[in-house]
Amino acid sequence: MNANETKYSAIDASCRVPLLALFGGAALWLIVGLGLAFLASLTFHMPEKFAGCPYFSYGRIEPAANDAIVYGFALPAALGVVLWIFARLGETELALPIVPIAAANIWNIGVLVGIVGILIGNSTGFAWLEFPRPASVLIFIAYLLIAISAFATFGARRERALQPAHWFLLAGLFWFPWIYSTANLFLVAWPVRGVTQAVIDWWFSNNLLFVCFGLLGLGTAFYLLSKISARPVQATNYALFAFWTFILFAPWCGMPQTAPIPAWLPAASGVASGLMVVPVIALCVVYLKTVYGAKVECKGGPYCHAKFATAAFILSALMLLCWGCPVFGKVVDLTWFGPSQVYMQLFGFFAIVVCAGIYESLAGVMGLELPFPVFVRFQHWAFMIGLALLVVPLAWCGVHQGFKMQDATIPFSDITQGTLMSLRVSSMGWLFLLLGSLMLAANIFVMTIKWHLGVVICVKDAITAPLETQEVKS
Amino acid sequence: MKSGFSVFLAAFIGLGLSWCGFVLGPVLQLGAGKQTMVLNSSEVYPNQRPGDATLGLQVYRAYGCAACHTTQVGQDGMICDVVLAGKNSAAVSNLVASLKLTGLTIDDAGLVSSKIAAAGGKMETHIIPVGADIARGWGMRHSVAEDFLWDNPVQLGSVRIGPDLANVGLRYDAAWEYQHLLDPKSQTPNSAMPPYKFLFESAAGGSGKLVPSEDAKNLVAYLLSLRVNVPLHDAPYSTVAPKK
Repeated sequence: MNANETKYSAIDASCRVPLLALFGGAALWLIVGLGLAFLASLTFHMPEKFAGCPYFSYGRIEPAANDAIVYGFALPAALGVVLWIFARLGETELALPIVPIAAANIWNIGVLVGIVGILIGNSTGFAWLEFPRPASVLIFIAYLLIAISAFATFGARRERALQPAHWFLLAGLFWFPWIYSTANLFLVAWPVRGVTQAVIDWWFSNNLLFVCFGLLGLGTAFYLLSKISARPVQATNYALFAFWTFILFAPWCGMPQTAPIPAWLPAASGVASGLMVVPVIALCVVYLKTVYGAKVECKGGPYCHAKFATAAFILSALMLLCWGCPVFGKVVDLTWFGPSQVYMQLFGFFAIVVCAGIYESLAGVMGLELPFPVFVRFQHWAFMIGLALLVVPLAWCGVHQGFKMQDATIPFSDITQGTLMSLRVSSMGWLFLLLGSLMLAANIFVMTIKWHLGVVICVKDAITAPLETQEVKS
Repeated sequence: MKSGFSVFLAAFIGLGLSWCGFVLGPVLQLGAGKQTMVLNSSEVYPNQRPGDATLGLQVYRAYGCAACHTTQVGQDGMICDVVLAGKNSAAVSNLVASLKLTGLTIDDAGLVSSKIAAAGGKMETHIIPVGADIARGWGMRHSVAEDFLWDNPVQLGSVRIGPDLANVGLRYDAAWEYQHLLDPKSQTPNSAMPPYKFLFESAAGGSGKLVPSEDAKNLVAYLLSLRVNVPLHDAPYSTVAPKK
């Protein structure tokens, strides 16, 4: 091995146990979340299925599924990838590795307490913030611990120059604690009065799902696209411009056009949604210049994942733009269009780019080959098919729902009946995503078991090895 | 950007601005919300929900009813009708014959009213909110911030998988609500709503009948308290039905 490879293998090895801890929990919660989401979607075809069981009523398993996917899978997996990227970009070993390991365990306990809390009826009632207070506190503490390790690694970097990935990831790391603490303090701990609660909940949801995940995902995508093609991110001036315009405009989106709130709030969101065209165009320029010209064969590996995810982010941003603009927004608000945009962002963009980071990091970090390399491509296809079956029917039926709702002569029950076929197709989408998540978990867990076995064999060999003896002449 | 500190500063500015706009601003504007006066009346609005309805809101939250139902009525605008009141002179009747009196904007209604008043006539202006939700019978006016003053947590909902419930207390009675929770399809044949059989328990005495549990009673009390049929300055409408 040359000096470069030795340096990077030491860096990767320092990330081993923290990443295993974070990725393992994330893969498990993704399966749980997608399973619950599939069960929730069954309610529309078989309403009597859980008629006798309060724990599986739609209003409980749907938020439980959403929160398991966001807090159980998306955030911890992304944080693991961020730790690895900071270590590699800074050409330094991961700082304070024991801290993320402890944090991952605290995080998993928090998510478990949260999911069980929602299923037994202790949900807070706020979208994307349904975890009861004890769970939120555990997750917040765990997040701060991981952020400490991330910032320590960043501070200790040998390569001092900042890459575009650094800007996005640092901003994303900073974003979450502020929005999460604000939302929990103003909505759960000391609730504000009346519709102010709804406004803060919408602000939090947009800043978590679109802005924070956008920053963490784009940073990861820029890192992967440049690392795998061994070519830096192109058009860095456009990337800087995209960064600034994104963090200035995107946090102002998210207020629905028809909400019973002072008119200046949805008006501000409408303007911000329109202005989002600017960072979207800048990102397109960076993306096209970075990808076209890179001589990388796309074989269903992490490079393909990262390319697809960035394109999906641009689509998700355009969908949010449509939802947020005053004329079209008034039609599609309160329909399935909103959830379809969220699923595009979560699965089309964020889950796929985080999985790309997991696959790119895992083999190097573990020092082992992936147990099922073919699953990488199969998971990519499962996720793409699942995404298409989930997002396209829901977006289509949301637009139809919206236009039909404008006509009061169409009975509401007819409108609901008209959505059922799209919901049936979306259930198939959940199944494909679940299949993909099982493949991800297979790779992570088999690799973990192999590594544990390797450690056990090493220890056993060391214990049972004959003692060195030296003859002492008297 | 050259240093971590400059990235931190950029993120602080971006998030700080939106925090000021969408958190601090609404807290200052709406956070100290108080009751308001009912239009043309000395009554205050809203009154606190009765005790069992307040408990019912917690049942609504615990079962995640807001995942399928919204409690917010929308409105596209309003039209005004000017209607003569009481006895009027022949001159006023002649004037009125030459004026458009129905389907006016609020400014035009003001002009017409002042012309009739100048001619010595008496009239009333009826305000009629228009919009798909209103036409569907889901409410008399759009929902405003005051309607949710006492609710904690506010459960506006985000998707209309089921109908809007802002005025469900005006549409159905307790018996209908209990039957609907037990078996939605018995009242709405095409309903996609699952039955909530676990909200009911067997009656004491082994008669085999199902009676509502404490949760069901509180939930129905909350649903019956959902009524937004009071005109306000922010959301006026005429309580007198205009003549057709």
